Amino acid sequence: MAKKTKKGRITIDRELCKGCYLCAWVCPNHLIEVSDKLNQKGYYPAEFKETDEKEENHKCTGCAICATICPDIAIEVYRG
Amino acid sequence: MEKKVFQRPKYLKDAVFHYCPGCGHSIIHRLLAEVLEELDIGDKAIGVPPAGCAVLAYNYFDVDMGEAAHGRGAAVATGIKRILPDRIVFTYQGDGDIAAIGTAETIHAANRGENVTVIFVNNGTYGMTGGQMAPTTLPGQNSTTTPGGRDPDRDGPPIDLSQMLAITKGSTYIERTAVNSYKNIKRTKKALTKAFKTQMAGLGFSLVEILSPCPTNWKMSSVDAAKWVDETMTKIFPLKVIKDETGKRIDN
Ligand SMILES: Cc1ncc(C[n+]2csc(CCOP(=O)(O)OP(=O)(O)O)c2C)c(N)n1
Ligand code: SF4
Ligand code: SF4
Ligand code: SF4
Repeated sequence: MAKKTKKGRITIDRELCKGCYLCAWVCPNHLIEVSDKLNQKGYYPAEFKETDEKEENHKCTGCAICATICPDIAIEVYRG
Repeated sequence: MEKKVFQRPKYLKDAVFHYCPGCGHSIIHRLLAEVLEELDIGDKAIGVPPAGCAVLAYNYFDVDMGEAAHGRGAAVATGIKRILPDRIVFTYQGDGDIAAIGTAETIHAANRGENVTVIFVNNGTYGMTGGQMAPTTLPGQNSTTTPGGRDPDRDGPPIDLSQMLAITKGSTYIERTAVNSYKNIKRTKKALTKAFKTQMAGLGFSLVEILSPCPTNWKMSSVDAAKWVDETMTKIFPLKVIKDETGKRIDN
């Protein structure tokens, strides 16, 4: 059985995001990328990406480092 | 069961910040709202916003606010606190606001030991008016009024207002922090908490100076601006507790 690790996920509000990419810079697991579609403000918003399909391989720990540095409160974090 | 562990704090309205991408003001607003909620003082808080990029702060905080003329935050806060001593009164001021036009008001409020909390946002520039030299602009730093960089021989060196306020008798707690990294943001939140506890215990003047990125006027990406705070700004404005006379009178 796989070792039980802390699991988390985030949501990013594309319309609140101003594309500063501080979140992508600080995520220890490199789970945040830049969307290729503009939002209504004209920014390319940040996008949360878990690359593995399987949930048990998901890397987000819900540490909230990304949300803490996000100036625009575009990120919400879930854990458990 | 999955739990939401991070969301918009209660004392921020559901309004979109007008601040630029990567601006430190936005992070500081959120931290302030979180601290007001955690200390359960939001309902009795009165904030005093400045002239500066944060002039519209009352659109964001869901607490009572009363705008001050440019630089006069500490004088306005003095009046509010003396009339309503049970309220928690804070000013929110940029470096141009507090360390240029408002120097006199600030120094005398600190010297009198007014029991208010000052949030001093140091971004080394006049953000709102388009990036002129501020009292805190670093040697060599470009601004629209110091093209080629601030020259201390010509323009004077950056001023360390927090240090000046620390030698006044009435100041109790003064700390300099930053909001350019996860660690520094956490540290800033602690300092804000301590500053408000200082006021709640009636111990006198408290101030937190926060080094805050202004990517727009620094003409940098948000990430480069965050790095620049560590690499350059903290060399002139080191992060530290500048004065703490709270002793054992508040819990940490
Ligand atoms: C009496 C007066 N003088 C000048 C101004 C113009 N003014 C508006 S904001 C500002 C400076 C803002 O810089 P700072 O306080 O550093 O705040 P920031 O915008 O960088 O957050 C100035 C000079 C004014 N509003 N009122
Ligand atoms: S919560 Fe932590 S691991 Fe998950 S995306 Fe944000 S920074 Fe990365
Ligand atoms: S930190 Fe926030 S505003 Fe900046 S890119 Fe990430 S989600 Fe968008
Ligand atoms: S000009 Fe600078 S301080 Fe003002 S909102 Fe933009 S980034 Fe923030």
